[in-house]
Amino acid sequence: MKLHLRVWRQSSAEDRGRFEDYELDDVSPDSSFLEMLDLLNEQLLEQRKMPVAFDHDCREGICGMCGLMIDGTAHGPVPGHTVCQLHMRHFKDGDRIVIEPWRVAAFPVVQDLVVDRGSFDRILQRGGFISFATGTAPEANSILIPKDRVDTAMDAATCIGCGACAAACPNGSATLFTAAKIGHLGHLPQGQPERYQRVMGMVGQMDAEGFGGCTNVGACTSVCPKEIGQDFISQMNRDYRRAVLGRTGD
Amino acid sequence: MSEHGHLWQNGPELDGQIPPGAIENKWDDLRFSMKLVAPANRRHYHVIVVGSGLAGASVATALGEQGYRVSCFCFQDSPRRAHSVAAQGGINAAKNYRNDGDSIRRLFYDTVKGGDYRSRESNTYRLAQISTEIIDQCVAQGVPFAREYGGYLDNRSFGGVQVSRTFYARGQTGQQLLLGAYQSLTRQIAAGQVEMHVRSEMLDLIVVDGIARGIVVRNLLTGEIRAVLGDAVVLATGGYSNVFFLSTNAKGCNVTAIWRAYRKGAVFANPCYTQIHPTCIPPSGSHQSKLTLMSESLRNDGRIWVPRHPGDTRSPNAVPEPDRYYFLEEKYPSFGNLVPRDVASRNAKQVVDEGMGVGPQQNGVYLDFSEAMERLGRGTIEQRYGNLFDMYHSITGEDPYAVPMRIYPAVHYTMGGLWVDYQLQSNVPGLFVLGEANFSDHGANRLGASALMQGLADGYFIAPYTIGNYLAGIDQTAVTADAPEVTGAIADVRNRLSALLGIQGRRTALSLHRELGQIMWEQCGMARTAESLSTAQAQLQGLRESFWNELYVPGDAGSLNQNLEFAGRVADLIELGELLVLDALHREESCGGHFREESQTADGEAKRNDEEFSYVAGWAWQGEGAAPMLRREPLAFEAVRLSERSYS
Ligand SMILES: Cc1cc2nc3c(=O)[nH]c(=O)nc-3n(C[C@H](O)[C@H](O)[C@H](O)COP(=O)(O)OP(=O)(O)OC[C@H]3O[C@@H](n4cnc5c(N)ncnc54)[C@H](O)[C@@H]3O)c2cc1C
Ligand code: SF4
Ligand code: FES
Repeated sequence: MKLHLRVWRQSSAEDRGRFEDYELDDVSPDSSFLEMLDLLNEQLLEQRKMPVAFDHDCREGICGMCGLMIDGTAHGPVPGHTVCQLHMRHFKDGDRIVIEPWRVAAFPVVQDLVVDRGSFDRILQRGGFISFATGTAPEANSILIPKDRVDTAMDAATCIGCGACAAACPNGSATLFTAAKIGHLGHLPQGQPERYQRVMGMVGQMDAEGFGGCTNVGACTSVCPKEIGQDFISQMNRDYRRAVLGRTGD
Repeated sequence: MSEHGHLWQNGPELDGQIPPGAIENKWDDLRFSMKLVAPANRRHYHVIVVGSGLAGASVATALGEQGYRVSCFCFQDSPRRAHSVAAQGGINAAKNYRNDGDSIRRLFYDTVKGGDYRSRESNTYRLAQISTEIIDQCVAQGVPFAREYGGYLDNRSFGGVQVSRTFYARGQTGQQLLLGAYQSLTRQIAAGQVEMHVRSEMLDLIVVDGIARGIVVRNLLTGEIRAVLGDAVVLATGGYSNVFFLSTNAKGCNVTAIWRAYRKGAVFANPCYTQIHPTCIPPSGSHQSKLTLMSESLRNDGRIWVPRHPGDTRSPNAVPEPDRYYFLEEKYPSFGNLVPRDVASRNAKQVVDEGMGVGPQQNGVYLDFSEAMERLGRGTIEQRYGNLFDMYHSITGEDPYAVPMRIYPAVHYTMGGLWVDYQLQSNVPGLFVLGEANFSDHGANRLGASALMQGLADGYFIAPYTIGNYLAGIDQTAVTADAPEVTGAIADVRNRLSALLGIQGRRTALSLHRELGQIMWEQCGMARTAESLSTAQAQLQGLRESFWNELYVPGDAGSLNQNLEFAGRVADLIELGELLVLDALHREESCGGHFREESQTADGEAKRNDEEFSYVAGWAWQGEGAAPMLRREPLAFEAVRLSERSYS
């Protein structure tokens, strides 16, 4: 199939950036979206132009490295998929596709479609872990966890840290990402001792990084490739209120 | 062997420094004899860790917790994205929670046997010993392993074994283990014990007076090149399956870190031992940039078959039972679909080569769940494999609940890597190598769910001791930034980047990488012959020349230039390809993942030659254009008896 691409080009963080238009022929419907971009880059190299920079690694939806706005939607039109898992069979011959980087204040653009998501790592540094030293762990089956609890923890733990939630949010909020980690650890007995400290630290860092507040729009869940639910946000808010009010003795 | 004498020179044997004593006590005894660094002194030592996968993140964390100063590097934008994240199936441990006869000795035995008796017995035993602690560690980190209704940990069985010892977290075990390791690493970063450098690529090793003292790193965003100096260097940089271009590895996986160390004197062991995974989605066309693995756990419930008659183009559901050839079940009645990976892969290749391949390109075999769905109900299958089925559906556009999956083998894991002794130290003192990047535990073939175990064993429970022991024993003077070894290594890195940019030819790094992969897969893939390997040698030499004459890399080295990074990795992969082929040529036996057609039994199974090849092949760089030196480490088997591997 033939495609008309409109791609965001920006040589560096200082550059103001602009859209450029490209025509691409012979795209196989069985290729992935990133394989389509590979093809575009090979064409640009043939014309001795700079290829489009974009982040990717696993190309199977698990590392969280890739992420693009496709026609205004984070990760493109197929729910529950990252852009590396999106196949061109979901587009039509002759389509016009607009491709942009995440546009979030706390994710500055590095080059073209590549952004800096270091803010996510820094949020987790404020408590997104369980404190203990290697080698001191008790026998694994001494901590029994009901299956439904571990399943819920797992639902949250599948977050790949891609940033689509913040990119889709009109407020540029990182709430779903933050709530996912709090939900993961908060559903496990091992996560209880630091539960309230964690929520205070992480929510505080989220604000410090310049992410917006959550107004329950729900755009995050609809683009989240792991379909992480809004209920984790409510739980985080509950924990946060308790922590602020000092009512943590449940 | 002798007729290839001009291809390499023989060198002195390698000594694995295996501690004396009974196999059960070696590790304990050694730990007791190790020197310790006093807690207050630890902050005076700086350890460089390259890699943030399971092996790198775990060792950086453990050393940080102990009080060492650690600098950790990865090329992704966050340590959480290391390729370990993609592992699906699970992690082994000899917990014997199922009371099904498992034990440390059995896990050890299965691993040595699975590796076709080409691994170092003592290392493998230690791995099995440590396995149980790993699960405790991960649970404490909050890894949400699957559980039974009573709240206890669940297990499943995995290829090549008859017990259930694999722990898993849906189909995302690697992700959950890596996030657990990343969380603990994050805690050390927050505590200031570990300094994390993301988007940083190690491009050379700094060796001073024969000792590893640092690395040269390029900041991928700014292009800045600098030396990082320390008291020990740990490489935990993963595997090099991407030498085959199409593999199940992430696009970024590469050999550069260990290849540069090889060129600085570290011995590279068994490069030809590559694992081909039987259950991947077959390629769909020339755009293909990587292959996707369907976890091996699928073989627990899926049945593998092809139409019995070549050229049968009926849709799978229309092929009646008698016309289906369940080739693994028929040939290996006791293991059936659960034979080890190499056996499953070779048999799939055989039926496809014989014209029984299925799918539009006739390049696959069926993996069929219809019987399991009848037996267990669709719900159970959904619960066990739902996300894998979804993944398959989204990639192929076919619904595996309705029609059987199509699978075909793909390169998946590299058992070879830098040579290390029992303490995971390379022949270059101060250089430790962990995880997939070393050669240590899997011999000629790795059992499923053992790589995650090895990465974490190395990182949490072995290297923190042995590195401490090393540091306690050294008395080294500080290396300064103006030492000739440091400035020289920086200059080499600069010159190489300029050389890549300066060629200004007409071929892209991607096209050269594809060509490399074709050569490797066709001549040195699932089956190898002296003839195909000689052909590969000639082709790779030609490819190397094309690379350095025809490459085109745009832009400059002073900012983010993804094409420049990629070109450097492809250059190293081509050189590695040459060594891999040489190793395959020299090993005139078949063993595990290395199948030499000249060496097979009457019924087509791999035939080892213990008389001549019961050794680790360690290759030492001798300079540009010079034949490498072969240093052997003889393998002695005391705890297990060498026997023909049989799964029938
Ligand atoms: C699809 C797939 C599924 C798998 N499933 C399983 C499974 O179910 N069970 C199992 O046991 N094993 C499995 N494996 C194998 C297993 O995942 C890997 O062998 C293991 O995770 C490797 O871990 P590692 O820490 O050694 O390396 P990696 O996780 O690959 O980490 C390498 C690290 O090194 C860094 N790095 C590399 N080069 C450089 C450089 N030059 N400079 C700076 N940093 C560098 C990278 O950034 C990264 O942080 C699977 C593998 C694949 C491909
Ligand atoms: S919550 Fe979903 S969208 Fe947000 S970072 Fe995690 S996986 Fe991505
Ligand atoms: S490239 Fe890993 S999630 Fe897309």
